[in-house]
Amino acid sequence: MNGRRPFVLYTAMAFGYAFLYLPILAVIVYSFNESRMVTVWGGFSTRWYGELLQNRQILDAAQRSLLIATVTASFAVAFGTLAGLALARFGRFRGRGVLGLVTSAPLVMPEVILGLSSLLLFVSLQGLIGWPERRGMTTITIAHITFCICYVTVIVRSRLVQMDQALEEAAMDLGARPWKVFFVITLPLIAPALIAGWLLAFTLSLDDLVVASFTSGPGSSTLPMLIYSKVKLGVTPEINALATIIIVLIATAVTIAGIVMHRSAARANR
Amino acid sequence: MWATVVADLFRFVGTWGREIRDSRGRHLVTALPLLYLVAFFLVPFLFVLKISFATSTIGQPPYTPLFAWGEDGALTIRLVFENYRALLGDPLYVGAYLNSLWFATVATVVCLLIGYPIAYGIARARPAVRVVLLVLVILPFWTSSLLRSYALIGILRTNGVLNQLLMGLGIIDQPLEILHTNFAVHIGIVYNYLPFMILPLVATLMRLDFTLLEAAADLGARPASAFLRVTLPLSIPGIVAGSLLVFIPAVGEFVIPDLLGGPDSLTIGRVLWTEFFTNRDWPLAAAVAVAMLALIVIPIMLFEWLNERESRRDEGRASGAP
Repeated sequence: MNGRRPFVLYTAMAFGYAFLYLPILAVIVYSFNESRMVTVWGGFSTRWYGELLQNRQILDAAQRSLLIATVTASFAVAFGTLAGLALARFGRFRGRGVLGLVTSAPLVMPEVILGLSSLLLFVSLQGLIGWPERRGMTTITIAHITFCICYVTVIVRSRLVQMDQALEEAAMDLGARPWKVFFVITLPLIAPALIAGWLLAFTLSLDDLVVASFTSGPGSSTLPMLIYSKVKLGVTPEINALATIIIVLIATAVTIAGIVMHRSAARANR
Repeated sequence: MWATVVADLFRFVGTWGREIRDSRGRHLVTALPLLYLVAFFLVPFLFVLKISFATSTIGQPPYTPLFAWGEDGALTIRLVFENYRALLGDPLYVGAYLNSLWFATVATVVCLLIGYPIAYGIARARPAVRVVLLVLVILPFWTSSLLRSYALIGILRTNGVLNQLLMGLGIIDQPLEILHTNFAVHIGIVYNYLPFMILPLVATLMRLDFTLLEAAADLGARPASAFLRVTLPLSIPGIVAGSLLVFIPAVGEFVIPDLLGGPDSLTIGRVLWTEFFTNRDWPLAAAVAVAMLALIVIPIMLFEWLNERESRRDEGRASGAP
């Protein structure tokens, strides 16, 4: 390797990382700005965080979003684990092609299509069988589970593929029933992937604006929907503070998940 | 003779029963996620298709029924092609399509140009450093495009961070009008989708056997030609996967052009949103969705095929098969 290329490479990398992080950093810095004018630095202050805690509307929406995200992540992990298990371990089976398609297409499908199609399904079902009676948190959750399953499937499947199958086979040879093998051997081994999948599904649901906008009903605005309507009106210090809280929360969760995955991978390799 | 037939029949039923018992668990494992996704992902497309042939009315739901039972019990089906004619005939919609394709294409190319060196650097870094660099790429992917677009507004505004910086340095004396232009949309899409390009590239480049480059150098290849003739061809799977991950969702992007673009940065995603939420024309919105799907169905099939091939190969390697 000559000396010039690493320099070019490092410059390109520094530029790329700066591009990824500077805008977010600016939001965080300005959330501590005393001044209501978002362009003028008026000194350090945490007053906008205090005002957030007084805002009933934001707190309600946040509570709603957290509940939807929790339920979504739990169901997505359950379904996604089954799908990942089927795709990684069952070889060829009937329906494999369809399962492969429906667990990968939503990963790239534009959100507006996911949102509109879910809504039209709910509206048509309401006309046909009277369910769902009205749109709200339930319909948002159902739509969120749909695309979150796919992310969990990808994570669980790749973990299963990397994992040594010998342990499962040994347990099977010793006479364990398939379900027992799964709960005693497989599940503990893929637990880190399940944690990572849960956290990813949780944040995807917590972040989603488009699908929630289509599938929500009156009085069920989620946090991103509220943020969107405020952002349309301009940049305010309150949103800076709110965005900072969400970013810090998610960064912490991801870092913890990363450490858990890393440790268990290191243990598995030993 | 009858005895053997009956015996065969019983044997057949017996094996059948055993098979059901053994595979029942497997069927359940497959069926649960499959049924959920078919019901809530595939079936909805039928309703989108159906409603795209309806007419918008005032009421609940705001579209006309497709099937109607006449007085005499005859079924009449009314398909209205008006929505599609509007999509193809109105320059506004055609322009939105071309805009979306243009935004997605530029984003894919720019993401590749910025993302490749970063991915290369990550893949060649020491393992401990690589983990940190990878986490730093993945982190922004976990925050929503809404918040990241909002962050960009703060940077690009007329009196935003970028203009203050450039004016403070004396590079410009008039603030640049970037926000609410197509240029801001380009920046926003690249900013949001860059991690999607980097991750598959890192995966491919990490698998690359770097001793091949040493061999090329030993045989007298200059670094540039070794890169062009060894590294680049071997990283094509990553390039294709990353490009699809950027291109397909970018075609239908709504939040970024809506927040960062101007009134003329019209994209299909924005048209769909406006027809649905502002004009409350659900059938036209459905027709827009069908047309958008037609645009991306081939890239999606390619993505699914690549995905399946990749996992098959990994599975083959894991079980020790060639």
